[in-house]
This record gives sequence, C-alpha cells and structure tokens, in this order.
Amino acid sequence: MYSIRAINISKRFGNVVAVDEVSFDVKKGEIFGFLGPNGAGKTTTIRMLTGVLVPDSGDVEIEGIDMLNNSIDAKMRIGVIPEIGNVYVDLSPRQNLALAGKFYGLPKADIEKRSDEILASLGLKERKNDPVRTFSKGMRQRVSIACAILHEPDLLFLDEPTEGLDVQSRRMIVDTINGLNARGSTIFLTTHNIEEANRLCGRVGIINKGRMVALDSPEKLKRTFDKTRSIEISFDRDAKCEVFESDNVSKITVFGDKIRLYTNDPDGTIKEVVDKARKEDLKIVSMNVCGPSLEEAFVKLTEAV
Amino acid sequence: MSMSAFLRGMLVVTEKNVRIYYLKAPIIIFGLMFPLFMFLAFYLGRDLELSLFLPGFLAMALFFTASSVGPLITPWEKNAGTYERLLSFPVSINTVIMGDVVSGAIYGLLITLVVIVPMLFVIDLTANALLFPIIFVAGSLCFASLGVLLASPSVKSPPNIMMFSSLVRFPLIFISGVFIPLNELQGIGRYLSYLSPLTYLVDAFNFGTSSKNVFPIWIDIIVLIAVTLVFILVSGKFHKKNMMKGL
Repeated sequence: MYSIRAINISKRFGNVVAVDEVSFDVKKGEIFGFLGPNGAGKTTTIRMLTGVLVPDSGDVEIEGIDMLNNSIDAKMRIGVIPEIGNVYVDLSPRQNLALAGKFYGLPKADIEKRSDEILASLGLKERKNDPVRTFSKGMRQRVSIACAILHEPDLLFLDEPTEGLDVQSRRMIVDTINGLNARGSTIFLTTHNIEEANRLCGRVGIINKGRMVALDSPEKLKRTFDKTRSIEISFDRDAKCEVFESDNVSKITVFGDKIRLYTNDPDGTIKEVVDKARKEDLKIVSMNVCGPSLEEAFVKLTEAV
Repeated sequence: MSMSAFLRGMLVVTEKNVRIYYLKAPIIIFGLMFPLFMFLAFYLGRDLELSLFLPGFLAMALFFTASSVGPLITPWEKNAGTYERLLSFPVSINTVIMGDVVSGAIYGLLITLVVIVPMLFVIDLTANALLFPIIFVAGSLCFASLGVLLASPSVKSPPNIMMFSSLVRFPLIFISGVFIPLNELQGIGRYLSYLSPLTYLVDAFNFGTSSKNVFPIWIDIIVLIAVTLVFILVSGKFHKKNMMKGL
C-alpha cells in the first residue's frame, strides 16, 4: 500500500518546464527524502503532491485518494510544513493551533488537549499564549510543525524543515519526525542537508532540472559511486599537504583542522601516511576511512544531467 | 467537495480574517477614516439636509468598509508567507475566496450599523424599514466581493494593492449619486451612474429612507446580487490564475 503515488506529473510555468514527467511511489510508514539543487523542481513537486498546485498532466494519489478529483479528502489525510510556511504571527501558538484544528474539523476539546500536548513536547509550553511575532525562527518553525501534526496525519510533508535553525530546534524537529514515523505516519522530507537525509530516510529520490535522476536507498546510491574512498586525518599541528602526495593519492583537500586524501588504495595510503607523519614528527590525533558520501553521490547525479 | 466541508472551511477562513485583519492599519485608514473624512469634507460648513444625503453617506460607508478587507488579505498573506500554508489546509481556493468575502461583508455591516444606529434617533428611517436588512446584506456582500476581486492581481505588496483598490473605488463614489442625488444627475453622468453597482445601493437606501428611488427596489437588489455573483466568479478565475504569484 502506498502513501504517495506520483504518476508522470508535469508542471510548466510559461516556457519553463519545472517538473517533467516525474513518477515515484512512497510506501506507507516510510521516511522518504526528496533532494535536489535549488530550482530543481522540489517545491513545485511538493505543491502538486499537497494539492496546492494542479499538475498540467499526470496523476497524484495520496493514501489511495485521487488528489486532483478529491483534493479535500486527500488534504484531510496530510499535514504540510511548506518551505515558506509561516504561521500567523499576530496569533499565539494556541490560537494558530486552534485555527488549524478547525480546518480539519477537530472537536474543540480535542484541539485543546492535543495543542497542550504538542506544544509541551516541542518546548513551547511556557510561551503558548504569547504572540508568535515575539518568537525566534526556530520557535516559529516548531509552531508550524505543531499546526501540521495536530490532526495526527497519515502523511507529513516537510519542505526544508530544518533550514537555518539552531541545533536545539533542529534536534527537536528531527525527534518529532522520528516519533511521528514510529507511530505510523509516512514522512516526505525535502532538505538541502544531505547528511540529515542520509540519517533519516529509508529511500531518497533526487530531482534535477525537473526530472528524477535517482531513486533508491542512501546506501545503494552511495555504492553507485563506490570507486573512490578517502582518508580523513587530523594532526596535533598544521601539516603541509604536499607531504602526503603520492601515486596512491588522487586528490588532497583541507577542511578545518583535517586533511582528506582521496585514494583507490586505502591500506597502502594509510601506511604511507603513518610513515610520513613519523618522519615529519606529526602526532596523529584522529584518522577515519570514509566511503563515498551521499553528498558525493548527490553532486555526481545532479552534475550528470 | 461536500457542503459541510465548504462551510467549515469558509467559516474558519472568516474567523481567521476577523482575528487578524480587522484592526490592521490599512483597513482602518481605507475602510473607516476615508469615508468619514469624505463625509465631513462634504457635509461640514454647508447648509445641507442630512436626511437628503443619508442614503449616499450610508452607501459610501458600506462601500468603503466592506471593500477594504478583501484587497488586503491575499497580498498580506503572501508577504507574510502564510498563504501556502492556508492553501495546504483542506480548503479550495473558492472556499478561501468566500471566507474573504464574508469577512469583508461582516466588517461592512458592523461599521455601518455603528453609523446608522445613532442616526435612528435623529432621522425617521421607518418608511421601508423591513427592507433594510436585505439591502444591507446585499450591498455588503457585493462590495466585499469587489474587495476580493481587487486583490486578484495577487502582488506581494499590500500597499500596492491598496493603492490600486483606491484607484478603482474612488471614481465610483463620484458617479453613483453619493454627492449628487441620482435624480439630479444629467447627461453622461446619469449614464455612467448606471454602470456603477454603488448607484443601486444608493438608490436602494433612497427607497429605504424616503421612497425617493429612481429604479424599482427589486431592480436594485437583483443588480446587487448579480454583480456580487459576477465579482465572485471573476475573482475565482483570477485568484486561481495568479495563485502562485508572489509565493
């Protein structure tokens, strides 16, 4: 049984094809990541899936309901945190939640009970009656999430939910996503944070220039590009990159206090690094062998089209 | 969509608008201050009989107040980033439009009632008092729909749309018998007045207060209802077309 079925959906704005015959399914209970560079068609796709936009062609089914012909019933089953999905800043979190609950036809008593529970779990209990305009970005996003999950949706869409948030808010949101999923909700997540998608998602779809270029589990996508590995080392003091150049090493990059050596022969490279560190009197603080990351797979896939 | 879902969505949109927008500065300025100052500018210092100009003044008050809410809502929501969330709730764009119309109409009714109640102590309005509620409701819905139609360019900037709405609304008060009684309008002015829906509200109020109407009352009410339907239908088309503008 599928939560989402997108069948050859397309959307054009003037001469620009924003989404071009995209098809995919998301199974019930899955956390599905939807990735793509800016302007790739992620938000347009999400808007079509959530009934905000009507596709020029193709079909969308949400929880087995045809979104195009029965959009209200389909929308009753979903919660949406849009990319620019601010809540009403003139209202308090409780008033925002009351409005959201009324849109979904929830009884007043249920709205009040659920609002208190959700606001407490999102760390907003003490501020539940304050106007949202006095809140930080992270707190506003938490109110936005509370509005989207108040009616316990079968399927939750999140468009860049952690973008630009502090660590505490990000963690709270990730915990909420995991908690909802554990209780049976399907999650459809778009994010620029590849590592977040890697950690959270069972499968990811990658869209570029309006077309789906990959659809698989993060591990399988990484293995698609499993040709180069890297060794990440940090020393007790600055080390010159040139010292580690060798036939085994194809590229050297520096980030922060670490040096990353790209190689097809991790074993030989590690031995060379240890020898050179000893000769240079460098103390190794840490050393990791890394496989190709989802980020690398993402970059290669989105460069390829 | 079921009727219950439509009504529920419409009422929640109305409640949202009442809570958030009724006290916004542009609505106070364009909906309350402008008609008040227009009335004062026209009335003060002149030896005019209030009862003669009351129908025009009432119509102008209802026209400005009812049509001041609609133009603000959509641009304000787009600017604040709340519009997409609103559309993702179980509502259609038509539900949102009707909620906006109803909230504009309620605003017009409330403010105009505040105006008319003190006048009841000064002027005898009992000639056709029973028709007043129908005239008020028809007029407020008509001009609230005009307000929603004026928001349909769907720009992201509320000041731009308020200026645009003033550009459309102001000329109407000069060709609709507000300042010059309808039966005194001559030539092209008279023909132009036929094109303005405000004319029919002024005429209906003339009937309500003194029975000195130009058109039969049923014509006035039918025109107001027909224009309301046209405004709502055209608003639906334009709002759908421009929905993504400014998101």
